[in-house]
Amino acid sequence: MIVGEQKPLDEIKNMVAGHKKVLIVGCGTCVTVCFAGGEKEVGILASALRMKSKLDNEEITIHEATVQRQCEWEYLDAIGEEIEAHDLVLSLACGIGAQAIAERFPNARVVPGLNTSFLGLPEEQGVWAERCAACGNCILDKTAGICPIARCAKSLLNGPCGGSQGGRCEIDPQVECAWQLVYDRLQARGELELLEEIIPPRDWSTNRDGGPRRIIREDLQFEE
Amino acid sequence: MEAGKTFEPKIVAFCCHYCAYAAADLAGSLRLQYPTNIRIVKIPCSGRLDALHVLDAFEDGADGVMVAGCLEGDCHFQTGNLHAKRRVHWLQGLLKEIGFDGERLQMCNMSSAMGGEFVGATTEMTERIKELGPSPLRKEEG
Repeated sequence: MIVGEQKPLDEIKNMVAGHKKVLIVGCGTCVTVCFAGGEKEVGILASALRMKSKLDNEEITIHEATVQRQCEWEYLDAIGEEIEAHDLVLSLACGIGAQAIAERFPNARVVPGLNTSFLGLPEEQGVWAERCAACGNCILDKTAGICPIARCAKSLLNGPCGGSQGGRCEIDPQVECAWQLVYDRLQARGELELLEEIIPPRDWSTNRDGGPRRIIREDLQFEE
Repeated sequence: MEAGKTFEPKIVAFCCHYCAYAAADLAGSLRLQYPTNIRIVKIPCSGRLDALHVLDAFEDGADGVMVAGCLEGDCHFQTGNLHAKRRVHWLQGLLKEIGFDGERLQMCNMSSAMGGEFVGATTEMTERIKELGPSPLRKEEG
């Protein structure tokens, strides 16, 4: 899932400042399950902003809306009138959702209430960790299902490096060395010989290095 | 607030069905008086407490909110009161960010047999809120 984290209230308040009618739009997908921008978080933020504005003697009207997926036109169109009727739209979705509103409704002024952090999973209740870098060329078959692009600080294709100490990364003792994890898992499987295969320098054009990416599936497209 | 008129705070107490609510009941049976400032809302477990319950209470003008759960280790649902404790701590931080006094939100723990303690906790909360004065979000009395 896309994991996000709400911006500090002061930063959000500054973005909202000067606007009288604000619509907070949540998203019912990734950011709901990481407790950052779902219906409940929209309610809490709306309440917090109302309280803060009242304490600052500012008049503001805040409305709330949460759509199932903020990154798809169909769901956004359902709240189109509400979006158009507000001075400011505060998106609690990931950066994709916020941009989708801005793209679909060019007259709407959209600001982000979240920082989109990474693609990851909940390791345990209340703890999320990065697992995928969306590099566009998956090599998990060669690395025992552990992604060194996302989980190695240097994104090494052939690790570990000298900074791996006791299974931990030199950047932070809390961070596990991805290549140590690969090694341990392959050893447990009795497949250490797989590490003898050197992964050659890769084509990074599928990553962000190749510019913004796009996928076209003609089999799914509607005929003009 | 008019000069000379004593401030009587409005305090919402979210009370767990298995402990504080029963303790309040016991206080009544024992003819023990607790402050009339307390408005009790029964919840099935303090772990049911939602951030919005607390924020709504403050938005609607409550001067204080107290959350009363079972003694630690004695939750009917095992860890509901510990969840509530963390949630209350988080909410106190949010209230501080808002610029609202986080001290207006407090949590206490008791068992259903502690009627006297319920009176003590609610009296202490009422005194604390009286010292803090009316909530800046308090609606004007109509």
